[in-house]
This record gives sequence, structure tokens and C-alpha cells, in this order.
Amino acid sequence: MSHSRPSRDVLGRGLRVLGQAIRTEPRMFTIGVVGSSLFGLLIIANSYVVGAVIGHVVVPAFTDHRVATGSLALVAAAFLGISALRVAGVFGRRLGAGFMQFRLQARYRRAVTRRYLSLPPSWHQKHATGTLLSNANSDVEAAFVPIAPLPFAVGTIIMVFAAVLILFLTDWVLALVGVALFPTLFGLNVIYSRYMSPRQIRAQQMRAKVSAVAHESFDGALVVKTMGREEDESQRFAVFVTELRDALISVGRLRGLFDPVMDSLPSVGTLAVLLLGAWRLESGAISVGELVTVSFLFTVLAFPVRAIGWVVAELPRSVAGWERVQAVLTATGDLAYGNVALDRKVPATLTFEHVDFSYGDGPLVLHDVTFDVPAGRTVALVGPTGSGKSTIAALAIRLVDPDSGRIVLDDVPVHDLTAASLARTTALVPQIPFVFDDTVRSNVTLDRDGLGDEEAWSALRLAQADRFVEKLPEGLDTAVGERGTSLSGGQRQRITLARALADHPRLLVLDDATSAVDPRVEAAILSSLRSAGAGASILVVAYRRATIALADQVVYLEQGKVVATGTHAGLLATNQGYADLVTAYEKAEQNA
Amino acid sequence: MSDGTLATVRRGLALSPELRPGMAGTIALALVQMGGRVAVPIAVQQGIDHGIRAAGGPDLGFVVKVVAITFVALTISTIAGYLMTRRLFTVSETALGALRSRTFRHIHDLSMLHQQSERRGSMVSRVTSDVDQISQFLQFGGVQLLLSSGQLLVSTLVMLFYSWQLTLVVLLAFGPSVVIIRLFQKRLAGTYRQVRERTGVMLGAVAESVVGATVIRAYGVAGRTEERLDTSIERLRVSQQQALRTSVTSFSSGEIGAGLALAAVVVIGTLMGLDGGLTVGELTAFLFLVTLFIQPVQIATDMLNEAQNAVAGWRRVLDVLDLDPDVADPDDQGVDLPAGPLSVHFRDVSFRYPDGPVVLADVDLRLDARKKYAVVGETGSGKTTFAKLLTRLMDPAAGEVLLSDTPLPSVRFSSLRARVVMVPQDGFLFDATIAENIRFAAPSLSDDDLAAAFTELGLADWVDGLPAGMETPVGERGEALSVGERQLVALVRAYVADPDLLVLDEATSAVDPATEVRLQRALDTVTRGRTTVAIAHRLSTAQSADEVIVVDAGRVVQRGPHAALVADENSIYAKLYASWLEQTRST
Repeated sequence: MSHSRPSRDVLGRGLRVLGQAIRTEPRMFTIGVVGSSLFGLLIIANSYVVGAVIGHVVVPAFTDHRVATGSLALVAAAFLGISALRVAGVFGRRLGAGFMQFRLQARYRRAVTRRYLSLPPSWHQKHATGTLLSNANSDVEAAFVPIAPLPFAVGTIIMVFAAVLILFLTDWVLALVGVALFPTLFGLNVIYSRYMSPRQIRAQQMRAKVSAVAHESFDGALVVKTMGREEDESQRFAVFVTELRDALISVGRLRGLFDPVMDSLPSVGTLAVLLLGAWRLESGAISVGELVTVSFLFTVLAFPVRAIGWVVAELPRSVAGWERVQAVLTATGDLAYGNVALDRKVPATLTFEHVDFSYGDGPLVLHDVTFDVPAGRTVALVGPTGSGKSTIAALAIRLVDPDSGRIVLDDVPVHDLTAASLARTTALVPQIPFVFDDTVRSNVTLDRDGLGDEEAWSALRLAQADRFVEKLPEGLDTAVGERGTSLSGGQRQRITLARALADHPRLLVLDDATSAVDPRVEAAILSSLRSAGAGASILVVAYRRATIALADQVVYLEQGKVVATGTHAGLLATNQGYADLVTAYEKAEQNA
Repeated sequence: MSDGTLATVRRGLALSPELRPGMAGTIALALVQMGGRVAVPIAVQQGIDHGIRAAGGPDLGFVVKVVAITFVALTISTIAGYLMTRRLFTVSETALGALRSRTFRHIHDLSMLHQQSERRGSMVSRVTSDVDQISQFLQFGGVQLLLSSGQLLVSTLVMLFYSWQLTLVVLLAFGPSVVIIRLFQKRLAGTYRQVRERTGVMLGAVAESVVGATVIRAYGVAGRTEERLDTSIERLRVSQQQALRTSVTSFSSGEIGAGLALAAVVVIGTLMGLDGGLTVGELTAFLFLVTLFIQPVQIATDMLNEAQNAVAGWRRVLDVLDLDPDVADPDDQGVDLPAGPLSVHFRDVSFRYPDGPVVLADVDLRLDARKKYAVVGETGSGKTTFAKLLTRLMDPAAGEVLLSDTPLPSVRFSSLRARVVMVPQDGFLFDATIAENIRFAAPSLSDDDLAAAFTELGLADWVDGLPAGMETPVGERGEALSVGERQLVALVRAYVADPDLLVLDEATSAVDPATEVRLQRALDTVTRGRTTVAIAHRLSTAQSADEVIVVDAGRVVQRGPHAALVADENSIYAKLYASWLEQTRST
């Protein structure tokens, strides 16, 4: 995809994309080609009818000053008949081509988004949302742009062969004009695509860039607004828009050079036919009717031959789009799941054994982390901002895998578990709640098996969300808007908490999950968790002492290392860092 | 074309003045290019009538002359074609680039309410795929449409020159097709609009599957997301196919017209020629001309259909541009905030979301300059709305907000945004380094100033502990940092903006207590001289504030210093504080 990659083989790569497309949609392709061939052969037939009419009807009629009504009727019927058949050809060609294109787009959009869902969070972190949007949209579109004119082009090739054959049957000298013309047209197309390729690829890259910047900027619209940085953001965006514009203008310049030449060449052919035809006519080799046929043929062939050009011209863009799509489809790093399913009903045990972890090539953020959450117990993870608590939460439900060490659920290493079993056993409530653009009900149940209204309400009750949901205009059926924009931060947190509780996980991981909830509501949530939480072991990231006090055990972290483990009272007495952290508010008050 | 289409194009052209200059020159070049195409049938006619079938036997010299002249005409036409395409691309891409930028800016200028009501994927599509649609049309269809119109005009004129009767026959034969095509245009406009809308919906679904990837994985519910994606992808495909079917049907009517025209011209032309009214060459040339006439009609039909797609994209862009930024910058008509610390006055302010319940009711409140206020209350009580009205992210439904006695709507944004800064709970970071994110608020900040800011806020240790210090990249949306760390960066960002009114909306909710207390102290020492309004669940913030404002169900129910409010044991605040104590003190 880089600029340095030679564009010479772009034609070959483009043809391979087309081949793949044809193999995927053979039926639609066949319909398109049959329709297109019918259309093309009828164009040739039309030329012959025109020639024949001039030669056999018009010339005699004008010479003899009379004409048989029957032969005129026949001429009219021939033109109308050809026209009717051509309509059938057009339908076949265009519907075949279009349906093929749309089906391929839909198929690859499905495939790309399937990959998005199966690639791990670490992959997602490396790819901007805007780029991924562009992969699923404009790159898929670009990959199959040449499909629209493809059947037309294939039909045209058939037509050109038929035309050259007929030319030879008519007169070999005139046929040579065709023999010279058509390969020239094709050759020019090939040269064109070579020069066009890098320009198209660049334009496609800039499209993705523009999309990525727009996405990020609109995502951060609130910050842009509060800082009054609209103008600066617009300027940042304008830089890429200008680059895209320049890339597209450079595409246009080349096309401007190529298109008119392609348009004119068939006319040059007609002129050559006229010149040579006059000479052949004089020597008696052909008739006026034949000369008319041949020159008419060149006139009408001019347009369809362009279809080949369209396909070739779009190949570079297609290849660029295709390769970006393929990059997603062939991306590796999937978390492979095992085949062990846990089927116990009791709370799970969670064990971290000597876990090291780093993000990508970055430094280690966890060093040799070892601790466990015994069945039915609550363990609090405490530590300063940035000490690795959220990373542990992500590891516990296997959103990521450790660099080394093991994470074990009920004696089974997490990577041996099936995806379904892992999802059923564990539930994570993240710091930043994510709410789907859907109803409250769907956000809580996520359409999981066995979760109906009753389960939804009972989970909402546990999460202290039942009262505000009852007050929503349509209760459970209220749509919450994209990313829950119609809810307050605390309401979103409680919805995601209810989501986690709804399916009775055996291990509940709460990552500072009540940060946007006010103290009274939080206290109520904690007490309901304690009374109803008998079914789950809980790993909780917490700062507040009430939350920590619920825990049977506290794991205190600093800079990715477990500094101390013990009860809250024990750590308070023995660890100064821990004591400073959890008593910060009291101390602040005393000093005030 | 339907009226809606013409109106859209007219509006679009009015909003893209860059498209207009040189338009006449471009059209002139297109006509010259077309002239070359029409030259060929004339050459054939001349060659046959006066060369091949010349009265005194074939005249090869004449044919050579005709061919040579026509070749020169063709060459000129080709050059004209090159110049025309070049101009068209340069002008249209420049105009569309400007349109992208203008739309982008306009989306940022829209109020938060408008921004929230639009799906993000759909907003992105306004500056990407919708404009691409126009661009692709202009690059391909636009040129063809222009050329076709030229060809249509020129071939009609030449046909008229040869025989007005036959020209009339051709036009009559095409009459029914034109009517049908016009009828279909309206339907097509509708189907293409649907295609554009469904593209937006699909992008929204894709965006959600990408942004929500972690949740989807954690709950093992990829199945339902797949279903949603598949539905939106499938619905898009169905609408695309429907649009195509309509378009092909419309196109075919042109094909039938072509057959009718050819048949009629041959039959009537032959009858006309019987008494010498027409020569063989003339009739032949006419048949060529009919073809030259048919081609552009067909191409134009096609391109008009394509145009409907482009117009649908254009309309979506214009619809956004038409949205009034209801929280508008008074700009030149506005005033600057008076210098010095800012006081706040909420005068009988009420707020409700469109079609929603009342969020804030009759809030009447004065906040003194230089003081520190804490706003507390249950979730959903209206605290964040209060902050948004205070910073004019939204305008109240009734009443007014004044800063130092200046009504907010009259303050120009350049002054407002420089003096009033809000730190939202989700301190969005850009995919750049920490330093770059902080310079977002103060671009001219030197490295030393930057380091000083961290030191002043007591965060130097933290930032020095990062792998690359202030040059550490934060990742997309800041995701390479923890949520608490992101809040730290957002806070420093607001701090260096040095506002006179600082509004903190749960700005440290994910930061550990020790760091929070440290920050609090640092902010206290440096916020002397500025007015601070902090919305907080952690009542430690309230304790250190000069005054606490308690909001309940959209109304201000209590205000006063912490100590005074706690004294009233039955008050809402006293209860909030009791549960806070219970949570932070119980061992």
C-alpha cells in the first residue's frame, strides 16, 4: 500500500480482484455478461441493418424513385425488434452488474465487520475508529467499483471480436483498421492505469485520513467547544482536505489527458475507413452499403469500448481499497479460545500467578502480579492512579492475555475456556460505561438467553436504577440514544452495572464502577450487592473506604507491582502508602 | 428533474460559489470538444456525396481533403477536451474541498443538542462519503452530462440543417421517452435519498461495533451486533438494488425511443427522398446524427440518475449547513467579557430538552467572583445541565445567565471560551502526545511552562514516571492512559488555559483520593483570583468550597457554607454528607 510499491503489477493485482469477484458472484456475472453480449451483438446487427437498408432499400429507391411498402415495413420492424431485444440486453447487463456489485459490497462489509468483532481489544487500540469506518465503507466500495462496468466490458470484448471477424468477411483492408485500432485502445488503457495507480492510491489514503480526523474531531466536539478551538480544528481538518483535493485534482489531470484521446480514436478510425473505403470502393472491392456499415460500426463501437477503459481505469483504486480490506480480513492476533466450559453454579475462584503485562511494545505495566479471589469472597484492588488496576480487571475477564504468567478461573487457565463460558462466568463493569444506541431493556439484557423483563427489572433494582428507569417516558422501552447521550453519567453507570448483574455472573469485576454515582446511591448499591452477591466472587477496584471495607481482602498496588496484600485494617496499620491513600480525605479535613 | 432536485442544486451552487467562476469557459471548451464529434458524420456525408458518389465518378482527392480537415478538427476537439476536464476537476475539487471544510466547521458550530441528536457516523459521512458522492459524479457523470448536453445541442442543430422534417420526427419519437424519464426522476430521487440515509445508518452501526468492541466481547454478545450490522448492510443493499431497478427502467425508455427514431427516420426519409428531397449521403449522415443524438440522450439519462445519487448526498450536506447553530456566536455584534474575575448570575433559569421533561426549574442564583463553589446533588438532579448553561454549551429555555452582569448570548465566543473553561467528566484526549494535548488549550506554551504547570499541580512525579514523560502518546481517545490519568491531563489542559471562571464537572472522579486531595490543594492555591464551580460527588470537594449549592430534582434547594448546611440535620445535604462519611470513614 506504500508509495514505493511499484504500480506496474497493479493491473495483474486488479485482475485478480476481479477474478475473485467473479468467482464469488458467478450467477450475477453471467447474467450481466449475457445481457452485455446480447447488447453488443445487437449494436453490430444494427450497423448491418443500417448498411443493408442504405444499400438495398434507400439507394434503389432513390435511383428508381419508388419503394415497396413491404420493404419499408420490414425495415421499421427490424429497427424496433432490435431495440426491444436491446432493452432486454440492457436489463441483463446493468442489473447483473449492479446486483453483483451491491452483493459483493454487502458480503465484504459483513466480513470486515465480523473481523472487527473478533479481533481483540489490543488490535482495536491500534486502529483509529475513523479508519475502521472507512475500511467498512469507502474501501469496500472502492474495491468493487470496477464491477459496475465489468460485464459491459466483457461483453464489449466479445463484441469487438465479432466486429473484427465481420470486418474481415467484409473487406480485409478495412478490417486492418479495426485490428490496429482496438489493441491501441487497450494498450493505452494499460499505460493509463499504470500512471493512474499511485494517484488513486494516494487519494484513497487521503480519504481515509480525512475520515479519521473528522471522526476524532466530532468525537471530541465537547472539548473543542469548551476550549473554543473550532477554528484550529477546522484548520487541522483543512490540511487533509487540501491534500485530498490535490490528490483528486492530480487524478483529474491525468484523466483529462486520457479521456479525450480515448474518445477521439474511434473517430480517427472512421476517418481511416472513409479514406481507405473510397479507395476500395473505386477498385470495386466493396459497395457503398458496406462502407456505410463499417463506418457506422466504428461510430457505435466507440462508446462501448470505453467500458474496458472504465474497468482498467478503476483498477488501481480497486486494488487500493481491496488491500485495505484484506489487511483487516487477514489481521491476526485473535484470542484463540479453548474448549473447556465451566458449568458450576457456585462463585468462581480467580487466581493470578506471576503475571507480567505490557501494551504492545511499551514498558511493563504489571510485574509479577500474584493474588487470588477465593470463591464467594470480595477482593479490593487499591492503588494510585495509573498503577495498573484497570489492566488487572481486563486480564481477569480475558480482554487481553498476559505476556507471561497464568490467570486461572476455577482451576482452568482462562485461555482454555470457551468464549461463551468465559462470558457467562465473568462480568466486568468498566470505568467508562458504554451504552448501545438501543432501548434500556436491550442494554441490560443484550438479548442474552433467558433474560426477560423480570430479570431486567431485578438487575436494575440491584443497581439502584429501577426508580429512574420507571420514570423514563417509555420505561424499559425508552431508547437511550447513541452512547446513551440522553442519560446522565451516573445513570449510564447504573445501566451497565445492571447489565453485568442480569445474568448472575460467578465472578464480578467492578472497575471503579460507581465513580459517577453520588454517595447515597453508591451506598445503596453496595449494600444490595452484599445481600444479593452471595452468588458471585467480586474483584473491585475502589478508592472509597466503604467499598474497601466490604472486601475480605485488599491487594495494594504501586506502579504495576503488588506491594501488600491483607485485610484493610492490617494494611492500614502496616503500609504507609496504603494508609496515605485511603485516609487522604480525612487528613485533608483535619488539616483544613 | 424534480423540483426538489433543482432546488437542491440551486442551493448547493449558492453555497459553493467556487463552482461558478470559469463555468462559461468550461462549457465553451465542452462545446468545442463536441464539435469534433459532429464533424465526423458531416465528413462521411461529404465524402460519400461529393467524393465517392461524385457526379463525375469517385473523387479521391476530395475525400483526402475532407479527411484531413476533419482530422484537424478532431485534434482541436481533443485538446479542448483535455483543457475542459482539467478545469472541471480543478474547479469542482476546490469547491468540494471548501464545502467539506465549511461543513466540518458548521458541525462544530452547532449546539451540543444538535451534535448529540446526530449519530457520529452520520456526521462523519457528511464530510466524507456524501461529498465523495458529489465529487465522483462531477468527475465522471458531470463531464459526461456536460458533453452529452453539448452533443445533443450540436447534433440537433446539424440535424436541423440537413432536414427540419426529419429532426421533428426524431424529436417526436423521443417525446414519450422524455416524459417517462421525467416521471422516473422523482422516484429515483426518493430511492437515492433512501440509499444515502441507509448508508448513514450502516456507518452508525459499524461505528458502534468498533467503539463498543470491548463490551461486546466481554459479554459474548457478538451475535446481536452481527445481526444489527447485517440488517443495516442488507437494508442498504436492498435500497441500492431498488434504486438501480428504477434507474434501468428509466434508461430503457430511452432505448425504445432510439429504436422508434431510427425506424421513423429511415421510413420517412426514404419516402422524402423518392422525389429527390434528400440524397443518399444526407440520409446516411442523418442516421449517424440520430445515433449521435441517441447516445447523449442515453448517457444523459444515466447521468441524471447518477446525479440523483449525488444530489441526495448534496442535500444531506446542505441539510446540516441549514441547521441553525442555535447557540450562536454573536461575533462582531457581541461584546467581550469585562476584565477581571467573573461573577455569575442565573436569573430565573429553566431548561428542558426538546420534548423532554424539565431538567432545571426557576434557578435564581448569584455567585460571587473569586469564590469557590461546589454543586452537589443526586445523579440526574440537573448538575451537569447547570454547568452546560453556565458555559453556554446550551441556552436556557427561559431566563438568562449573566457573567459579571453581561448576558451570555451577547458575549463573543473568542472572549467566552478564553475566559470560561469547563472540564467535563470524560476529558476527551486527541490521539497525540500529552504535551500536544495540553497545548490544545494554549498552543504557544513552551516546554518549560508545560513542565511548570505539572509541577504547580503536583503532577510532576506522575508525568516523569511515564515512559516518555510529556512526550508519551496517549493513543486514540487517550486510551493508552488509564481513565484517571486522562482526567489529570484534561485538568492540566484546562489549567494552562488560565480561565477566569473554571467549571469542573466531576473532573477528578477517577483519580485516587491522595492525588485528588493534592490536586485540590494545588488548585486552591492557584485558583485564588478566579471563580471556580465544581460539580462533585466526592464531598471532600464541597467541604473545601466557600459555598455549597445543593440541587435536587432540577431546583436549588440549599446553599451556604458546608458547616452551616451540615448543621441542619434533616436537610438533603446533611444526608448526603452522612452517607459520604459512612463510605469514607468506616473501617
